[in-house]
Amino acid sequence: MKVAVFVKQIPDPTGVGRLDPATHLLVRDGVELVLDPGDANGVEAALRVVEANGGEVVAITMGGERAAEVLRKAMAMGASSAIHVADDRLRGSDALATARVLAAAATRSGCELVVAGTESTDGYTGTVPAAVAEFLGWPALTFAKALEVDSGTVRIHRQTPAGHDVVESPLPAVVTVTGAINEPRYPSLRGIMAAKSRPLELFSLDDLGIPPEEVGLAAAGQEVISAAPAPERTAGELIEDDGSAAGRIADYLAELKVI
Amino acid sequence: MGMILVAAEVVAGSPTPLTLELVTQARAIGDEVAVVVLDPGADAALPALGAHGASQAFVGRESAYREHLGQPAAHVVSSLMDRLQPSLVLFPGTQEGRDLAARVSARLRLPVVANAVDVTRDGDAFLVRTAIFGGTVDVVTRTRSRSPLVLVRPKSFTAMATGAPPPATEELPLPAEAPLGARRLESVVAPSAGPGLEEARVVVSGGRGMQEAANFEVLEHLARQLGGAVGASRAVVDAGWVPYAFQVGQTGKTVKPDVYIACGISGAMQHLVGMKGSSHIVAVNKDPDAPIFKLSDLGVVGDALKVVPALIEELRARGLP
Repeated sequence: MKVAVFVKQIPDPTGVGRLDPATHLLVRDGVELVLDPGDANGVEAALRVVEANGGEVVAITMGGERAAEVLRKAMAMGASSAIHVADDRLRGSDALATARVLAAAATRSGCELVVAGTESTDGYTGTVPAAVAEFLGWPALTFAKALEVDSGTVRIHRQTPAGHDVVESPLPAVVTVTGAINEPRYPSLRGIMAAKSRPLELFSLDDLGIPPEEVGLAAAGQEVISAAPAPERTAGELIEDDGSAAGRIADYLAELKVI
Repeated sequence: MGMILVAAEVVAGSPTPLTLELVTQARAIGDEVAVVVLDPGADAALPALGAHGASQAFVGRESAYREHLGQPAAHVVSSLMDRLQPSLVLFPGTQEGRDLAARVSARLRLPVVANAVDVTRDGDAFLVRTAIFGGTVDVVTRTRSRSPLVLVRPKSFTAMATGAPPPATEELPLPAEAPLGARRLESVVAPSAGPGLEEARVVVSGGRGMQEAANFEVLEHLARQLGGAVGASRAVVDAGWVPYAFQVGQTGKTVKPDVYIACGISGAMQHLVGMKGSSHIVAVNKDPDAPIFKLSDLGVVGDALKVVPALIEELRARGLP
């Protein structure tokens, strides 16, 4: 079976994010760009599905030229091929346009299962995978902390506030995974070398048959009118623990009448 | 300004607190509030929805809405929206709300704004405030489509009842052609769910700095002394130390206690959005540059594994067992 996995290149989430003051778009220049850690879980989950069932993984991304780096990373982990949707007219696309493009790319890949992270670690919108499922007319099994595919059926443990639900569907389907699902493998040196020669297809909007006026900044359903630092909390007291910190915390709790 | 539609969530015959928050705000910014309630227990939830401001309810009671994820509800809500042409649709920012809003967005080609913490009116449009980068940057967007879809974070508004009567009710049939999609086979309840995390006045939360699962015992002890609840960062939930019910943050719970005590939590963006509304924040972390200290009223640079047990002793000395 063919399993597609969506991957996204994002600014290193351990750093501090910035917005361009003029465009209000995320600043990507001069920032270290990495594979979204949530997507690394997705790649790992997709690889485990094909390891158990046979088949291959195709990594799919939408983004500028540099986004190809995360496709190489996914292939270094074990994906067999990759699809890169790159088009200047996609800049500033919202979640709806992104879902439309990724759904078209998934169709082109010929996959019968799409795996994605629950949400990106930079934007946190979390609506792209289920919207892709709707565009494809497929079920979406979301928030998976366990995933199993067996003779045309996909079954997940869906994280819930109380525990988990067991959710099942026939293929084709979209699955989103949480960080709890697995520990992503590190690419081996051999994998990194092999990734360089694996096929990476480049698609434009025209290739996918998507009208350019329906994507990008101009088509986004909302415009950013301001982005400003949130009101700071009052500057706090910072102390080094020299053995007296516990007493200071207890005093503070007493001031607040918690004790 | 026309009608605002709220997608209601019902648990055990009651609208969720978040649903009532949304209805309250919809009443404040719209002329008329309609709710769509798709749940076998919908009827029992109607009086509370009316009391908070919903004048019209569209109700579906099929068990399919509980048994299947998103697809049947998206089908019915999309058809309803085609008919009503609401000026705005508010969805609870929950797992179910996200799946539903995403599908409706794709079906009707309408934009969706996620993680909203405020929604207000601006002439014919709406202003939606979202907090990004862990709540350090406030972004305000202005909607520019018909019927924008907005997913709202919990506790963004305060629910207030007006004492209005139950809403006028219309039945929504589930058409035979509606796809059902993925099916829930069973629901498993984890043995130790986080007790009252969202209501607790004091929350004691642990992160990677607690080193291992067994060390959460001291956090439980401290929470007991303070009459509070234990929370956790996503990292330790993903590592399997504590169940997801404990998770505070973007994909977990949103808490606003009087005091939040963060132990060994560095303060990843996705954690901060779930707790930055706390009235007072105490943080203990080894790294003086940890982002959590930027939000803390009292920050202690130190090892949580030493400071927390010492605090427990200190409180014991002050008469708390």
